[in-house]
Amino acid sequence: MAKIKALTGAEASAEAMRQINPDVCAAFPITPQTPVMQKFAEFVADGIVKSEFICVESEHSAMSACVGSSAAGARTMTATSSAGLALMWEILGIASGLRLPIVMTIVNRALSAPINIHCDHSDSMGARDQGWVQIYSENAQESYENTLLAVRLAEKVLLPVMVCQDGFITSHGVENVAVYDDNKVKSFVGELKPYKPLLNVDDPVTYGPLQLTDYYFETKRQQEPAMEEAKKAYQAIGKELKKITGNDYGYFEEYQLKDAKAAIVVLNSTAGTTKAVIDKLRQKGKKVGLLKIKLFRPFPYEEVGRALKNISSIAVLDRSESFGANAPVFGEIKNALYDAKSKAKLHSCIFGLGGRNIYEKDIEDLFSKLLTNKLKGKEYIGVR
Amino acid sequence: MLPTICFVKEIFEIRIHGRGGQGAKTAAQFIAEAALDQGKRIQAFPEYGPERSGAPVVSFVRISDKQIKSYAPVVNPDVVMVIDPTLIGPVDVAEGLAKDGILIVNTSETAEKIKNKTKFNGKVCIVDATKIAMGSVGKNLPNTPMLGALVKITGVVGLESVNNKVKEKFLDKIGEEKTNRTIEGIKKAYDSIQ
Repeated sequence: MAKIKALTGAEASAEAMRQINPDVCAAFPITPQTPVMQKFAEFVADGIVKSEFICVESEHSAMSACVGSSAAGARTMTATSSAGLALMWEILGIASGLRLPIVMTIVNRALSAPINIHCDHSDSMGARDQGWVQIYSENAQESYENTLLAVRLAEKVLLPVMVCQDGFITSHGVENVAVYDDNKVKSFVGELKPYKPLLNVDDPVTYGPLQLTDYYFETKRQQEPAMEEAKKAYQAIGKELKKITGNDYGYFEEYQLKDAKAAIVVLNSTAGTTKAVIDKLRQKGKKVGLLKIKLFRPFPYEEVGRALKNISSIAVLDRSESFGANAPVFGEIKNALYDAKSKAKLHSCIFGLGGRNIYEKDIEDLFSKLLTNKLKGKEYIGVR
Repeated sequence: MLPTICFVKEIFEIRIHGRGGQGAKTAAQFIAEAALDQGKRIQAFPEYGPERSGAPVVSFVRISDKQIKSYAPVVNPDVVMVIDPTLIGPVDVAEGLAKDGILIVNTSETAEKIKNKTKFNGKVCIVDATKIAMGSVGKNLPNTPMLGALVKITGVVGLESVNNKVKEKFLDKIGEEKTNRTIEGIKKAYDSIQ
């Protein structure tokens, strides 16, 4: 039986980590990730988990320690935000290049400058090509469940996984979270069977040797099928998790999308706000819908293209910029629709940078513009 | 039972104004968690700004029988609670408050005076939560007595479930005697509302 608790998104992630009971956690505190590690450190201090908690002096060291421990054969987890993720940058590619199944909670926060502690997605979106699987979470419940799924996924395909949630909005907001039975979750997560662990002296291996023009290309080439495999494994593992949670783990969630004339594509907490607006507009007979991306890396182009191809007017909302290019989510949706030979009117909207609030009214206005073809070019929602 | 005003909107929304350190966030969490214990769907979240002691802060509560989907800030609350009356003026505490909404203010002034100051013409309830807190816990901690007033006025949750929440959160931290005095303060504020 699930127990309904009042938890923040940060506590929900820590709750998943409690049930996973990783061998090693190496982390450095940064707002708004801090309460994830604060809660987990409490579990460690109280002896509720058996994890080795390594207090490091920076995020570069945190990810380095994670690489070492994961290569050694230990189930390894961490969490960070914003500048912390930026400081990990060099080691992110090492984790994926060495095919280490590290799971990391990202509590999304803006990058400097100007310095800002609030939510946007420039941190994780900036890291989207570092070879990590990326799963985005609408709320505390999804953050919790995605973390459970991520551990199995990472270890199945030998790739590191980021599970993202919105800073403050999700991480610091209290809501109902169904926490599933410890034993059921533990048997779902299972034991790590490490692939060629460094500490196995009977089968000595080298991690991270120099590969120049001879083998580097081949090693990198192998990361691509691993990502393709991750896409399949995500669904298979999701089906297993559904037996415990009753929830679906699609690449994306379609909300009132089938007969929609206008649709919004967005990820994380704003998807929830969009659903609330859709409920209101549907009552007035407006055919509006949502496609909420959950799995962003690997990106499900074909499936997204199929889901959106008959919708005439689409706005893609990005909470980060790709300066001088298409915004991260918008670019992917455009690719998917090109492949699907869609004739949709597609619009890019930037919102919420540095935690600028997005209100239901903003989304209502956007739907209204979509339905009346009043959107012109790239839109900035809520900017002065 | 949720109060009657709740059924107008399906989701009952509260906004709490206080100053950093006065427990606006804690108050929001107590109400929400007490409602969760009664089987409701809840949200409690603060609006984070520069987190300085004494700076104006806002926190929000949503309570519903159905899933709460929106993660936007509360714009049109059913109830506004003002923990610190010196915020009236510098902050438009009645902003977005529906005409049939309720403004609950911690003050020693009359409801008439608060109406004039806030320009809010709907229902204004006053409670001298600071005086009650000074009498019960001996410290200026008006947030918990304010909950007693909120519960009496709106019936959003039962008094008992708020008290249980206080016990659950405070007993280990401040001990039995102080916890009991906190609960006594909540009851006094509850009884002070006519």
